[in-house]
Amino acid sequence: MNPAKNEKPRKVFGSICQEAEARRNAFKEAPVPKIHIGMATCGIASGALETKKAFIEVLAERNIDARIHSVGCIGHCYAEPVVIIDNPGFPPIFYHQVTPGKAKMLVKSYLEKGDPLFEHVLGAMEENDLIPPVSDFPRFNLEKRVVMEKCGLIDPEDIYDYIAEGGYSALVKALELPPEEIVTEVKNSGLRGRGGAGFPTGKKWEFALEAGKQDKIVICNADEGDPGAYMDRTILESNPHQVIEGMAICAYAVGARKAFFYVRAEYPLAVKIVSKAIQQAKEIGLLGKGILGTQFDLEIEVFQGSGAFVCGEETALIQSIEGKRGMPQYRPPYPVQKGFMEQPTVINNVKTFASIPPILGNGAVWYRGIGTENSPGTAIFSVVGDVVHAGLVEIPMGVTLRTLIFDICGGVPNKREFKAVQIGGPSGGCLPPDFLDTPIDFDSLTGAGAMMGSGGMVVMDEDTCMVDVARYFLDFTQKESCGKCTFCRIGTRHLLNTLERLTKGEGREEDLEQLRVIGEDIKDGSLCGLGKTAPNPVITSLMYFRGEYEAHIREKRCPAGMCRPLTAYYIDLDRCARGCDACVGCCPVEAIFTTKNRKKGVDQSLCVKCGECMVACPTEYNAVIKVSPPDLAPVIERPVDD
Amino acid sequence: MVKLLVDNIEVEVDEGKNLLQACLDNDIYIPNLCYIDGINRVSASCRLCFVDIEGVDQPVTSCTVRVEEGMVVKTDTPPVRRLQRTALQLLLSVHVVDCGHCPANKKCELQRIARFLKIGLKPKRLEQFLKEPGIDTDHPFLDYYPNRCVLCGRCVHVCRNSRERSFLAFARRGFDTIISFYGENEAPDLSCGDCFACVEICPVGALVPKEKEVP
Ligand SMILES: Cc1cc2nc3c(=O)[nH]c(=O)nc-3n(C[C@H](O)[C@H](O)[C@H](O)COP(=O)(O)O)c2cc1C
Repeated sequence: MNPAKNEKPRKVFGSICQEAEARRNAFKEAPVPKIHIGMATCGIASGALETKKAFIEVLAERNIDARIHSVGCIGHCYAEPVVIIDNPGFPPIFYHQVTPGKAKMLVKSYLEKGDPLFEHVLGAMEENDLIPPVSDFPRFNLEKRVVMEKCGLIDPEDIYDYIAEGGYSALVKALELPPEEIVTEVKNSGLRGRGGAGFPTGKKWEFALEAGKQDKIVICNADEGDPGAYMDRTILESNPHQVIEGMAICAYAVGARKAFFYVRAEYPLAVKIVSKAIQQAKEIGLLGKGILGTQFDLEIEVFQGSGAFVCGEETALIQSIEGKRGMPQYRPPYPVQKGFMEQPTVINNVKTFASIPPILGNGAVWYRGIGTENSPGTAIFSVVGDVVHAGLVEIPMGVTLRTLIFDICGGVPNKREFKAVQIGGPSGGCLPPDFLDTPIDFDSLTGAGAMMGSGGMVVMDEDTCMVDVARYFLDFTQKESCGKCTFCRIGTRHLLNTLERLTKGEGREEDLEQLRVIGEDIKDGSLCGLGKTAPNPVITSLMYFRGEYEAHIREKRCPAGMCRPLTAYYIDLDRCARGCDACVGCCPVEAIFTTKNRKKGVDQSLCVKCGECMVACPTEYNAVIKVSPPDLAPVIERPVDD
Repeated sequence: MVKLLVDNIEVEVDEGKNLLQACLDNDIYIPNLCYIDGINRVSASCRLCFVDIEGVDQPVTSCTVRVEEGMVVKTDTPPVRRLQRTALQLLLSVHVVDCGHCPANKKCELQRIARFLKIGLKPKRLEQFLKEPGIDTDHPFLDYYPNRCVLCGRCVHVCRNSRERSFLAFARRGFDTIISFYGENEAPDLSCGDCFACVEICPVGALVPKEKEVP
């Protein structure tokens, strides 16, 4: 492509921008309140649809003119449904947990009477004299938003919303440059792939560019199969155009005219929003033939994967698009040499593509100013588990785990102790408190035995059994193994079986060595990344929580009290209240009986250890006690005539 | 032609040749199950043909390496043997060892590799897991024994090669993975005929022609 021909895009784009600005101004300057409701999957799951309906109803009922603006997810899952109300005369205000009832109250008190209901306010979205801004809170001010900058603020189903915020201007800039310069800029930015392995993106693009004149393929990997991870889904549902823009820049830079969006079918909303976004981009000439008046053509097709974890692996993903069973292939050749239908294929993660427009827009030097020397830019984590402010967090690389978990996400709830953090999903590792000062970047996490992965992070408190966590992840990888190679297919089955025995109290002394040895062999011997990393949860927990494994084997004791076969419940007769029946009714198996003096006992032979009695026992008694190993429970005889 | 050194023996082979094939051609045996000569993209799934190559810090599968001038290869270092033995033991841990009743007895690749690696056919280190049911009789001409199968995929390949699409396919995931007769079809395809190329290429006795019913 001759760059000299690419003078037109700015002109053509100018009129698109005018349209976008006109629409935005009409919306912004309308002298009526605007109600922004987070409508991504997370919001909807928390009831955002009902909240929206309530707003519509009560606005109609009170005859108030206001605009409802459906936006994506702002990342604050703990606060869903999230609503931002922009009432003329006030700063925009962030409200959390807006139920339909709260929605009605807000309309009646705030929109009608001017009372913002301070008790429901999380903060103002900008500095003002009335309400403390959200930027006073670490959950907001320690974040650095590059990829998610516009998430939760724009309507993902309206391309003009994105354009009005500066969207697609990086593509315009790219179209004025020769492809080599774009690749150089991406190389200089130091961007590393956000799909897990952290491969330098610029280098990958350069390989593709150097592959010559033949047609290339671009694929966006949105398979996202790690349990507990939902960064990519949220980005696609909140700002699909930033990803599409990144893909278009890539396609132009490497010389591709065809791209695929590989989205798992379990993400129906993401599929819908992405498809609509592609359609809209096509309609105004940002995709399709002769983009922005240039000779650059790009067709993007959405391919729905059927939700196999292994299909996130790039060679399996390509097999899957080709209509074959998703089984990883030996590399080399790498996809960038021979990928989809033997054509050079650039495959990048959603977050990688979404980082491209800001990089091109602001320059490589700006990007390098964020994060660390070897891991520039930001990291996005879905922080879940035992943590106060769960949700999506975008931080500059280099922030420590402690800052992320304790300062930004509020630490562990219910006065529990922090026990471990699992990073990198099923391929990652569990790190103990000693590692809390580890900086979050590709190399430090790998060094600690965990992995950046694609951004799943599970925080665990003292009530978590590490043996059971390892069992959980091995159960996942064993089920998701494609079955192709010996080590992964059979080796993980052995690991899982041993872990299952341990959690049942049937462990043997030699199991620990066996787990380690087989684990190492699976890592060294497997064909693809799935097998090579599958033993990590076992290996790291054995390294950092060995005592817990030993307790399961030697004492038949589960220190966290989570492995049911290794625990028992009993009722402390000194605390049990005579005549109280609270526990009896909730026991699903009628294991609780009444003793001669009208207190209660647990029949251990019937008890299924569900713990319901412990919940039911009134707090002033707290008479139900859980012990491990089970033989610590005193025997209370059931009266013979019972 | 290029020269390389395998276990201190100098061998001369065509440039770019597959290392595993080069060794086999020169009577240097390396255990293997899934490899097929001349295939476009090797499967590399059985994880047995490991070798050590000078300058590479971990054992690599020889089927995925192209020979280069001056390459120095060792086929029997402790790390290589460790991986090979574990791989074989894993395969044997899901294998019904009942050689007396198996048509592959004495020509079985598993027997050969076990002898070569000096491993008993019933390794004590690992528990045994078997699949249920132990036989699939759905096919009109063939029976399939999942607990003999090593899932090397050679049958799938040879079937596809002889008729462009395979009547055999991998099915299910993880430990439960099997070879299925359904292939890309709704029901076992009767038009499969009885070329038995799959039976021929099976390194063990997992695919067996049905006994002809005596009228
Ligand atoms: C088992 C397995 C699952 C994977 N799943 C994903 C995934 O869901 N999303 C993703 O972007 N990359 C995934 N990858 C990594 C991809 O193979 C590939 O490295 C990545 O898409 C490249 O993009 P990047 O350079 O932008 O990171 C997975 C890898 C393995 C081994």
